[in-house]
Amino acid sequence: MAFLVARRLVQTLLILFGVAAITFLLLYAFPADPARMIAGRSATAQTVANIRHELGLDQPLPVQFLTYLQGILQGDLGRSYAQKTDVGTLIAARLPATLLLMAAGIFIEVMLGVFFGVVAALRRGGTVDRVVMMASFVGVSAPQFVAALLMLYVFAVTLGWFPMSGFGSFAHVVLPAATLGILGAGWYARMVRSTMIDVLNQDYVRTARAKGLSSARIVLRHALPNALLPVIAMIGIDIGQFMGGVVVVEAVYGWPGIGQLAWQAIQQVDIPIIMGVTLVSALAIVLGNLVADVLAPLIDPRIRAR
Amino acid sequence: MFKRWLRHTTVAAALAFAPLTAFAQDAPKQGGDIVITYKDDIATLDPAIGYDWVNWSMIKSLYSRLMDYTPGTPDLIPSLAESFEVAPDGLTYTFKLRKGVTFSNGREVVASDVKYSIERAVNPKTQGPGAGFFGAIKGFDTLSGGTSETLEGIETPDDATVIFRLSRPDATFLHVLAINFASVVPKEAVEAAAGDFGKNPVGSGTFVLKEWTIGQRLVFERNPDYFVKEMPHIDKFTVEVGQEPLVALLRLQKGEVDIAGDGIPPAKFLEIKNAPEGADVIVDGEQLHTGYVTLNTKVKPFDDLKVRQAVNMAINKERITRILNGRATAANQVLPPLMPGYDKAYAGYAYDVEKAKALLAEAGLADGFETILYSTNTDPQPRIAQAIQQDLAAIGVKAEVRALAQSNVIAAGGTEGEAPMIWSGGMAWIADFPDPSNFYGPILGCAGAVQGGWNWSWYCNKDLDARAIAADSMSDPTKSAERTAAWEKIFTDVMADAPWIPVTNERRVVAKSPRMGGEGNIYIDPTRVINYDAIFVKD
Repeated sequence: MAFLVARRLVQTLLILFGVAAITFLLLYAFPADPARMIAGRSATAQTVANIRHELGLDQPLPVQFLTYLQGILQGDLGRSYAQKTDVGTLIAARLPATLLLMAAGIFIEVMLGVFFGVVAALRRGGTVDRVVMMASFVGVSAPQFVAALLMLYVFAVTLGWFPMSGFGSFAHVVLPAATLGILGAGWYARMVRSTMIDVLNQDYVRTARAKGLSSARIVLRHALPNALLPVIAMIGIDIGQFMGGVVVVEAVYGWPGIGQLAWQAIQQVDIPIIMGVTLVSALAIVLGNLVADVLAPLIDPRIRAR
Repeated sequence: MFKRWLRHTTVAAALAFAPLTAFAQDAPKQGGDIVITYKDDIATLDPAIGYDWVNWSMIKSLYSRLMDYTPGTPDLIPSLAESFEVAPDGLTYTFKLRKGVTFSNGREVVASDVKYSIERAVNPKTQGPGAGFFGAIKGFDTLSGGTSETLEGIETPDDATVIFRLSRPDATFLHVLAINFASVVPKEAVEAAAGDFGKNPVGSGTFVLKEWTIGQRLVFERNPDYFVKEMPHIDKFTVEVGQEPLVALLRLQKGEVDIAGDGIPPAKFLEIKNAPEGADVIVDGEQLHTGYVTLNTKVKPFDDLKVRQAVNMAINKERITRILNGRATAANQVLPPLMPGYDKAYAGYAYDVEKAKALLAEAGLADGFETILYSTNTDPQPRIAQAIQQDLAAIGVKAEVRALAQSNVIAAGGTEGEAPMIWSGGMAWIADFPDPSNFYGPILGCAGAVQGGWNWSWYCNKDLDARAIAADSMSDPTKSAERTAAWEKIFTDVMADAPWIPVTNERRVVAKSPRMGGEGNIYIDPTRVINYDAIFVKD
C-alpha cells in the first residue's frame, strides 16, 4: 500500500508538471498581449513596454517558464494582472466555497443516484425502472444553465423557499448543490442499477435467498456493498467533473467559488489566475483519483489480492 | 469601458438629459442603505490602476481630486482645490487646496500628497494604465521612462499650494486632473498596504470602504468627514458581485436589490420596458459612445478611398439598432451627438446600395471582393457582424466573420496588415472625459497606428495630427468655441477619408428599484457611470 501511494504521488507530481507546462504554453502561445490589455487603450508604447518588463514578459519563454515553476515550488502562484493581488490569496479565499458546494453536490448525487439505482434494479424492466432510467437520461443531458435557472425560478422566485443567490447560510447552498446533485445523480443511478443487477445474479445472493434471508437484508447487507465499489471510483472522477462543472452553477447562483474566479479571469486574460485555477483543479482531480485508488483496496479485499 | 466593455478602458459617460426617463423630482433625502449588483468581481480600488466601468464610479467616490464635475453633468468644478489660476500662456496651473480636508486615516490632505499621487500614477513601477494622460506635465518623459522618480513639473511651495508646469499647452488638462488617475492618496497608506492598496483603499472621498469579502461583497459607508456638507445622500451601499444579470433583475423585481448594475439583459428589455412599473425601473440614457467598423487603410482594397466610401454606404445601420433592441441610434460620424464638436449639419454616408456598387465599380471592383470581418464573440456582437456581412454581400463583398475572444481581436487589430475590418462592439470607444480630443489620439491619430496600438484602421494623416495638436494647445477658455469648431472640422475631414464606418451610438440602460430617487443623469453620469454621491432613497 505504501508503495502504491508513493507511486501515485510521483505520478501526481509529473501530472502537475505536465499541466503547468501545457497551460503555460497554451496561454503564452495565443496572440493577446497581456501588457497591452493591462495598459489599456490610452497607454503609450513606453508604458506598455514598462509593464511588459515589470511582468517579465520580455524574457525568453523558457526563462519565464522556469521562473513560474520556481514560484510554484515556493508556493507562489504569481500575481493577478487585473486585481494586483496574489493569486494564491484569491484562490484561497474562494476555494472553501467551491469545496463546500462540491461536497454538498456529490452527497446529493450519490444519495439520489444510489437510491434510484437500487430501486430500478429491484424493479428491473418495470415501470419504475423505465421512469428512473428516463429521468436519469434527462438529468445527464440537461444543460446546467437551463436547469439552474429553472430551479432558481421555481424554488426561489416563485415559491420563495430559498435565496436566489449568495453565500453564507445553509439555505444558500441548497439550490446550487441540488442543481449539481440532481443533474449528476443520473450517472450514479445508471451505474448502480447495472452493477446491482449483476450482483443480484451472483451465486452468493442466490445462496442468501435460499437460506431464507429477508430481501431487505440481502439487498442492504450483501448486494449493496458490492454494488457500491464502482461508486467510490466514480466519486474520485467526479471531483474533476465538478471543478469544471461548477463554473455555470456558480455564475447563476452568485456562488463565490473558483469557478466564477476562473470565468472572470478568462474574460480579462488574467493569465496568472487562469494558470493557478487550472493547477488547483488538476491537483483536485489527481488527488480525487488517488483517494479513490487508495480506498478501493481497503474496502475490497479482491483488489488488494491482485 | 463598456457595457461588457473592454476591461481596460474607461468611463462611461452620458449627457442625454432630455431623453432620460423622467422621475419624480423629490428633494434628495439623507440616509438609507442600498444594494447594487454586478456580474464581475471588483478588480481593484487603487485609483492609479483601476480602469474599468464598474470600479470607476467606486474609485470616484472613495477619493478626491483637485477637480470634479457637477453631478450628472460634464461641468468641471474645483473639488479638493478651493481655487485655481491658469497663466495666460496656458503652461502654468496654480491650485490652492481646501483647508481641513482629511484622509480616512485622519491625516490632513496636503499639497505633497497631490504631487505624490500623480507621480505614482505616472511611475512605470505602478503599472497603471493612466500614465499617458499626464504627458503634458514637465518631466513626464523621464519619470515614465524610468530615469527619474519625480515630476519636475509639479511644485509644492507650501502645504496648500500645488503648481503644475506644462511642456505644452493642453486644453484638456483640467479634465485630466478630474479623472480617477489624479485621485489623491496618502503615501503612508500606500506603503503600509505593501502592494495591496487596491484592496485597502484610503482616500478623502464621500465614502470609505468598510468591508471587502473577496468574491462576495464590498460595503461602502458614508465618510462623516467629507468636506461637502450633505454629501453623499445615502449612508451605505453594498456591492454584491458575481451576480448573473438575469438573476439580479429577478432580485430587483423582488425588492432585494436596488440597482442592477449590469443593466437589463436584451431578452428581458422589452418585457421590463412595457411593464406598468417600467418607467420607474428603467433609466435609459445616451452616453458618449460610438460603435464603429475599422477599415484597415493599409490592406487592399481598403487602401482605396472609393472602396471605404462604398462599404460606408452599404451598411443598414437602422437594422443594427433593432438588433440592439432599439437601445442605440444610427451613427454618421466619429463623435457621438452629445460630445462638443459633433457636427449636426454633417449627414455622413447615406445607406445607398446602388451608389455603393457604383463606387466599387469605379474602383475596379465591380464583381466585389473577399475580406475578413473580426468581431468579439459575445452576444450580440456576432449577430451584428453577421448583419454587416449580409449588407456587404448585397454589394458583392464576401466577408468572412471571425468572432474571437476580445483579447484576440485587440491583438489582430494592433498587428499591421492583419485585420481588414473590425466591428468594435464590446470594445467601442467611450470617452474618458467629455472632450472631443479623447476620440482622436489613440484611435485615429498616427501615434495609435503602431504595433500593438488601438488605431485599427492604421489611418495616419499628419496634417490632421498637426491640427489636433494645435486644437489642444488652445487652453485659453475664451477660445473654447474656436477649439470646438477646430475639432468639429477635424472629425469631418476624418470622415472624408472614411477610415471608419460609424455604426451606432449606444445608450446605456440601468435597472433600479422604484425606491431609488434622483434624476436619470446621475445613474448614467457623464463622468462616473453611477454617481453614488448623488443618488438617494425616497422612502
